[in-house]
Amino acid sequence: MSETEPGHPLPPGEAGEAQEHEQTRVPRRVIGTPPPAQARILLADPEANGEPPAPRELPAGPDNPATAKTAERIVAALFLLSMLASIGFIAAYVGLEVHSVDATLRSNLALGLSMSVAFLAVAAGVVIWVRNIMPDVEQAEERHTFASSPQDRAAFEKTFTEGSEASGFVKRPLLRRTLIAASVPLAVAPLVILRDLGPLPGTTLRHTVWRKGTRMVVYGPNTPLRAADFSTPGQMITVAPEGYTENQDVLAKAVVIIIKFAPDQLVPNRPGHPGTIMNWTVDNIVAYSKICTHVGCPVALYEQTTHHILCPCHQSTFDATNGAQVLFGPAPRPLPQLPIGTDSQGFLIATSDFHEPVGPAFWELG
Amino acid sequence: MSWITARRRRPAAGYAVLLLGLIIVGVGYAALTTQGSPASAANPGVVSAQTIAQGKNLFEVSCSSCHGVDAGGTSQAPSLVGVGAAAVDFQMSTGRMPAKEIGPQVPEKPVTFTTQQIHAIAAYIASLGGGPTIPSAAQVSPVGANTALGQSLFITDCAQCHNFDGAGGALTNGRYAPALTHATPTQIYEAMLTGPEAMPVFSDTTITPAQKRDIIDYITRLRAEPNPGGFSLGRIGPVTEGLVGFIGGIGVLIFLAMWITMKRRGTNDERGTHDETAES
Amino acid sequence: MTATEKVLEGTGRWFDDRLHLAGATRKFLRKLYPDHWSFLLGEIALYSFVILLLTGTFLTFFFKPSMTDVVYHGSYSSLDGVHMSEAYASTLNISFDVRGGLLMRQIHHWAAILFVAAIMVHLLRIFFTAAFRKPRELNWLIGLTMWVLAFTEGLFGYSLPDDLLSGTGLRILEGVLLSIPIVGTYVTFFLFGGQFPGHDIIPRLYVIHILLIPALLLALISLHLFLMFYQKHTQMPGKGRTNTNVVGQQFLPYFAAKTGAWFLFIFGVTALLSTFAQVNPIWIYGPYNPSGISAGSQPDFYMGFLEGALRIWPSWHWNVGGYSFAFNVFLPAFLPLGIIITGLAVWPFAEQWITGDRREHHVNDRPRNAPTRTAIGMAGVTFYGILWLEGANDIVARFLNISLYLTTEIARYAIFIGPVVAYWVTKRICLGLQRKDVHLLEHGIETGIIRQLPNGEYIEETKPVPEDVRAKLVARPELPQLEAADTDGDEVPAPSARSGIGKLRVRLNRVLTESIPLPTGNGHGHGNGHGNGHGAEPAAVTTGESGDGQPPADADQDGTADPGQGTAD
Repeated sequence: MSETEPGHPLPPGEAGEAQEHEQTRVPRRVIGTPPPAQARILLADPEANGEPPAPRELPAGPDNPATAKTAERIVAALFLLSMLASIGFIAAYVGLEVHSVDATLRSNLALGLSMSVAFLAVAAGVVIWVRNIMPDVEQAEERHTFASSPQDRAAFEKTFTEGSEASGFVKRPLLRRTLIAASVPLAVAPLVILRDLGPLPGTTLRHTVWRKGTRMVVYGPNTPLRAADFSTPGQMITVAPEGYTENQDVLAKAVVIIIKFAPDQLVPNRPGHPGTIMNWTVDNIVAYSKICTHVGCPVALYEQTTHHILCPCHQSTFDATNGAQVLFGPAPRPLPQLPIGTDSQGFLIATSDFHEPVGPAFWELG
Repeated sequence: MSWITARRRRPAAGYAVLLLGLIIVGVGYAALTTQGSPASAANPGVVSAQTIAQGKNLFEVSCSSCHGVDAGGTSQAPSLVGVGAAAVDFQMSTGRMPAKEIGPQVPEKPVTFTTQQIHAIAAYIASLGGGPTIPSAAQVSPVGANTALGQSLFITDCAQCHNFDGAGGALTNGRYAPALTHATPTQIYEAMLTGPEAMPVFSDTTITPAQKRDIIDYITRLRAEPNPGGFSLGRIGPVTEGLVGFIGGIGVLIFLAMWITMKRRGTNDERGTHDETAES
Repeated sequence: MTATEKVLEGTGRWFDDRLHLAGATRKFLRKLYPDHWSFLLGEIALYSFVILLLTGTFLTFFFKPSMTDVVYHGSYSSLDGVHMSEAYASTLNISFDVRGGLLMRQIHHWAAILFVAAIMVHLLRIFFTAAFRKPRELNWLIGLTMWVLAFTEGLFGYSLPDDLLSGTGLRILEGVLLSIPIVGTYVTFFLFGGQFPGHDIIPRLYVIHILLIPALLLALISLHLFLMFYQKHTQMPGKGRTNTNVVGQQFLPYFAAKTGAWFLFIFGVTALLSTFAQVNPIWIYGPYNPSGISAGSQPDFYMGFLEGALRIWPSWHWNVGGYSFAFNVFLPAFLPLGIIITGLAVWPFAEQWITGDRREHHVNDRPRNAPTRTAIGMAGVTFYGILWLEGANDIVARFLNISLYLTTEIARYAIFIGPVVAYWVTKRICLGLQRKDVHLLEHGIETGIIRQLPNGEYIEETKPVPEDVRAKLVARPELPQLEAADTDGDEVPAPSARSGIGKLRVRLNRVLTESIPLPTGNGHGHGNGHGNGHGAEPAAVTTGESGDGQPPADADQDGTADPGQGTAD
């Protein structure tokens, strides 16, 4: 059956001759595991000189002509089906408009179905063709080891060494070192020119736009909110600084949730017992940054009954009565509390910026 | 030997049986799990003393055991004085109340009262301490609403619990924000207004009635929309897409790969179901 | 000659005159391709990539990679009047105002999902059949690189429409980058062109997504295929298949037809998914806004394990000297990924060192014949899988009615216990399957024919295993004797086994090569003498040459030995 000796190495000699030999050398082929009912011709070496044409490697016809005939009809039907489906695709494209959800649904269904049938029918047809019309022939062939022969390796080493020596690179350290010295800044330069990809962070991450007197607006309608209008315990709403509601860069740090509590629900901050800083609240309304201190998702799932603020991304949970202390989850620090008050007309305002950076921790956070 | 029996020992036979079993279980489960739809509340109209009296009777029979004889609350349930007709209508029209068991959250159930009865109880509770009233049809109508504003408000203040498609979401310790698929406009309005259970309150002074209508408009539009891309896969995003991709995509392709590379009929197959006369 | 043949001959001659093609092309057409269904998995990835290129090109004609704010007035009326970026608006435009646009978007996204899924399944196939062994280590490393590139490409790709879901993913990316010590803030500001979200991230991701990574992937795929082509594909063990031959069907016509059909099947299945399964419905998510978030926000599945790592991690952090070490973000983002990629990359070389086997391998292992490797692989899969499941923990909590925190707490224990259990269970299963193979070799196949013996006993007749099955069952690589494991006659260990590393190597070798040996007379015993670690069968199972003096097995007790026993292969 199959041989176990690996392919023989090329004889040493002229490169041209070796190359020619390589290309005309054809691996020995042996037919393996044929079905018992079929006879196969064992391949003779095709380099036989001057003989009549080499016998066939592959039979010309199917194993079972009767099955093949039926299969051919099935395959032909599938190909025709595919053709019709492709025409249907073009027709659906031309004939079906979009521009509404319902129309898009119809168009997608028609285009998608026709395309699917077009592909799948041909695919199934080809597989049936291979399995029933092509003769089932398995062949075996030798592999070559990958390691080159010792002669080839030696020849390579000789060529490489001679070339390196001729180049003078090895024997002349001055050349070598100055070349390396030349290439180092050249390699660094493309990195340097990326410097203007962005500004330096500086202290940008430490501040938001909230200032003393900045009014809070309900995000969406963008209307300012009176404390008196936010008076039902259990209320929560998202607010943004007035004038910045279209600025996503600002919103990404400055968006805030405010929550209204009943009297005596908030736990005041005391030494050794972190809690809500009551000076920063108005009428039991407390404001926290909506940007999670884990990786920055908006944290806004407020549970009125448990006073939990839950972040939906990674489930960091903060206690809204208690200065947003972390109860569970990967957040490392509480949500920063925004000092708030009311202006002369009763609208809710910030009385200063946050007293610590908002959002995820970064190296310089401290 | 029948066609199936002759193929019982093929390698594919096991997979075929497994697939059949999975299909039967899957279809059976889907068919058997139903979802009850709560009754929708209509505008109660004018409330009469008779209605209040009827409501009081109903209350004493069905609710007072947990909420107290004067709706003043017990250790098991809170006081209902001041919660308003809207809260009662919401809780009862969604079937949450009367509650059958105490857990982290009261689930929706099939509704056991008629709309008129619910309104009667609501009127009675309202008579005890006021509170938010049941919105009128006009108040919850999405006609003329500002859909863009509704979208913005929904995403900012509702989606974090209820999901951008209103599919619902998990809260802490067994609580959850329910899906919005079956909530009526009135129920949505009432929920925002009264803040049931863990849901925060969105009073009319913070989210105005017009803005509430905008939100209702967006929700009702979104859920009425067909899915142009095919089956929605739950509309909850990449989780179900990944499942379908692996099971429907890679799974189907593996079966096809097996077909393409299957040994042909008439050649030796693994089980040796045909006679080998020449045994080496 | 027919007209077609004349044309073909003319064309062929024209090219051959200029390129000397006849010999090489002939070799190409006659090349043999071993056949097994699991060999088609890599092609799923390949053809999915082609589909991605085709549909992606279509999409680039319509997509606008710009974060400029616009007000939408297109066909999707639920978002009429809403402010959004041009990128998002153009994606809505493609979906609802370009014929075939939604289909192309969906095919593109499903093809991306299939691309990464196929890579992972293909990776597992290579691992479990040990096709990464010499001379294919290089291809293994290229494949791993492509896996990382593939899911990065996917992440950047689905972030391009700038919708709420993917934008949240970018926000998380920003948070992760910020947590990098020393350079975190700089990296973030350079990537985003300033603060998050800025105006640069979408155009930059666009360039990376349509040019840089596809170019890299194209180059690596070409190299990957060339190496596979040049080194020839591995083959599954079986009759006539040895380590020095390749058995299969030649390219023309078989493989050409089958691979062409496979491409069409993949395209067809992808198109079918895109017709009936909605994917990435960005109109439901809405445009990105940093003040909005949805419950149940997950990345695409291939990022799921990273998401799970972020969820599972406790809030470790350390502030010292004015600097923050955000371990709670940095570690989950980089450690599990690092473990998996490094572990996989190092594995072929580690295995070579442990087994001392530096020969070429062209016949695949059956997973059961390498119980320890398979068990380690399943432990890795379990590790990955638990993180992946945790990434969807809020969906799991919501729809399976499990408390949210409980899912995370369970995962925190399962991440350690799970892989251990998976290792143990897999190993037992593999050893059991090996025993079943040994049983089959010794006793033959049950025929279902019951005979009654004269003494009243019923027995089932067995017949010997067919040749091709036998060939598969006995195919095992004979592992060379580890020099370090040798002891001389006086139980003195070899010099290389005396150091700490040497002892470790010997012990690892013993564990890694643990296996149920083949029955006597089947040629391929285990050379290192340590194969019996898990309790030999009481009957005729021994190692190597040490005979046990038992009479040959005789299942049907008719006085003659069972055929198939004792025949050298």
